[in-house]
Amino acid sequence: MQPIRRFESCLAVLPAENIDTDQIIPARFLTTTERQGLGRHCFADWRYAADGSERADFPLHRPELRGAGVLLAGRNFGCGSSREHAPWALLDLGVRAVISTQIADIFRNNALKNGLLPIVVNDADWQRLAACEAQKIVIDLEREQIELLDGGVIRFSIEPFARQCLLRGVDQLGYLLAESAAIEGFERMRAA
Amino acid sequence: MTSYPRTIIDKIWDAHCVRAESKDAPAILYIDLHLVHEVTSPQAFAELRARGLAVRCPQRTLVTLDHSTPTLPAGPDGRLPFADQATADQVSTLEHNCREFGLELHGFGSGRRGVVHVMGPELGATQPGMTIVCGDSHTATHGAFGALAFGIGTTEVSHVLATQCLLQRRPKSMAVTVDGQLPPGVSAKDLILHIIGVLGVDGGTRHVIEYRGEAIRSLSMEQRMTLCNMSIEAGARAGLIAPDEITFDWLRGRPRAPQGAAFEQAVERWRALASDPNARFDREIRIDAAQVRPTITWGTNPGQVVAIDRAVPQANDAQAERALQYMGFTAGAQLIGHKVDVVFIGSCTNGRLSDLRDAAAVLRGRHVAKHVRMLVVPGSDQVKRDAEAEGLHHVFRAAGAEWREPGCSMCIAMNGDRVAPGQLAVSTSNRNFEGRQGPGARTVLASPATAAACAIAGSIVDPRDYQPIAREEAA
Repeated sequence: MQPIRRFESCLAVLPAENIDTDQIIPARFLTTTERQGLGRHCFADWRYAADGSERADFPLHRPELRGAGVLLAGRNFGCGSSREHAPWALLDLGVRAVISTQIADIFRNNALKNGLLPIVVNDADWQRLAACEAQKIVIDLEREQIELLDGGVIRFSIEPFARQCLLRGVDQLGYLLAESAAIEGFERMRAA
Repeated sequence: MTSYPRTIIDKIWDAHCVRAESKDAPAILYIDLHLVHEVTSPQAFAELRARGLAVRCPQRTLVTLDHSTPTLPAGPDGRLPFADQATADQVSTLEHNCREFGLELHGFGSGRRGVVHVMGPELGATQPGMTIVCGDSHTATHGAFGALAFGIGTTEVSHVLATQCLLQRRPKSMAVTVDGQLPPGVSAKDLILHIIGVLGVDGGTRHVIEYRGEAIRSLSMEQRMTLCNMSIEAGARAGLIAPDEITFDWLRGRPRAPQGAAFEQAVERWRALASDPNARFDREIRIDAAQVRPTITWGTNPGQVVAIDRAVPQANDAQAERALQYMGFTAGAQLIGHKVDVVFIGSCTNGRLSDLRDAAAVLRGRHVAKHVRMLVVPGSDQVKRDAEAEGLHHVFRAAGAEWREPGCSMCIAMNGDRVAPGQLAVSTSNRNFEGRQGPGARTVLASPATAAACAIAGSIVDPRDYQPIAREEAA
């Protein structure tokens, strides 16, 4: 995994609350056995009309929001299923961070394992960010802050262990494998 | 020994910490049982293969096929009628992975296949005090036995396959106490829809719920599974119920449960799991069971619920307005009388024998409305055998419903069983999200009795108006 420290990107707003994983990636696209290539199906039922054409009313289809790497979403983003296809699809679409006032637990876990930043902010900061739609913002994981064009700064926090893994570009399986002696010890203790 | 009073959640957590959590690192939590299915596992096995890793504990890994599988039987040529090549490939990928990694597959022809949250408990693999995970958000079902059971993503599936452990932060705890007794004709499904309505779809976030109180103690094991199953729909990590005599009686004699004297010793350990009398929860909610009515959803998330005989609440935000528009319902009006196109009985929420009995009791001696397509999908091979032994399949077929092979089917609509655009389905499954049962499909979540009554009427009705017809009269 590539280390993540700081990046700049355009901010898009999806104000709906409770955007569930069936909206992020509908179940009919879960028949894949790969991680790649899900971006074209991301938000499929919101993005495309029945004839397959792009819907102009989908925010990310506005010219100034195409390629936006940061999504500001309504409360409880990512609720529903445990499908890791949701962060895979968002990353494949080019999204690198999702900001909301609440992010569902399993989605948050899955996002952190894949280098998609799940950032929780309070209502006031959400409103400040909403006013920055289509602007460039900077996300600095090392300092745990969002930097706005007007010089404003919004603080956030990411679970410390996951943050260290992301900053160093290391994955968590390696850490667990290095603990195999402790795991064996636990198994022996329980068997006794 | 720890001196402070602990919840059942604390007790299970503490007993499974290979390493306790610190400020800098999550706990290393040992997993007793890992359930695996074809949709969320292929990329995890690929990860193991790429790193040259083995499955650490094949005996703690229970594998089945459920999401992508057809619910029609094999044709005369013996070939299963998969919806498309992708679903067929997903199934054969898991079959191959099981052979390569030395895992027993409860697949086609095993007689033990089923929806992962139905077949695990019926084998007795699910036991009190365990940590249980699956790449599936409805894993909380197993909490009905007093296990800490939760859904994980595919990367975490690879962690458990390779190390039998997960990196986890200790969850918060919530007590949902249901006092009194549910009124007649009100099921566990109605209760959990009511509870989600009280908590909201994100009210349980970061929490594990312990369901407790008189009404919970009175529920059968299958009803408890229905209840715990939908904990995720309130955003909770997991939901569980302390084990008691009902739990032990249900488990005794099941193939994977301890046998003989070992079972009685296990029961003594399991009794000690209950939360200590003064244990502190981070949050406590009380529900009066007597107030719960047959409950259905009116919107596009499982928190948008209404008692069947009440009016849909006024839309007080953009989200509710969007949901009403999608569903074609009107605020301030009852849902009773709305035409129904499809009725689905099944899923990990309501695909067990007692659910099929509830639906059959309403259908016996009656017929599904002409314009309604009704699908009845047993939760497992075992449920199918048990239902057929009682003749329930005859009741469903005589009523005009389709009796299918086990699987997730129309709950997630991956296998070709889907609701057409714009159609209204009354479904015993767990999610009414936009398009969940097929693009443009509209879903009303309900209990098996409510769903069966709606199938007969061809519209949304109060199930209490459809009392079972006595067997003699029905015959």
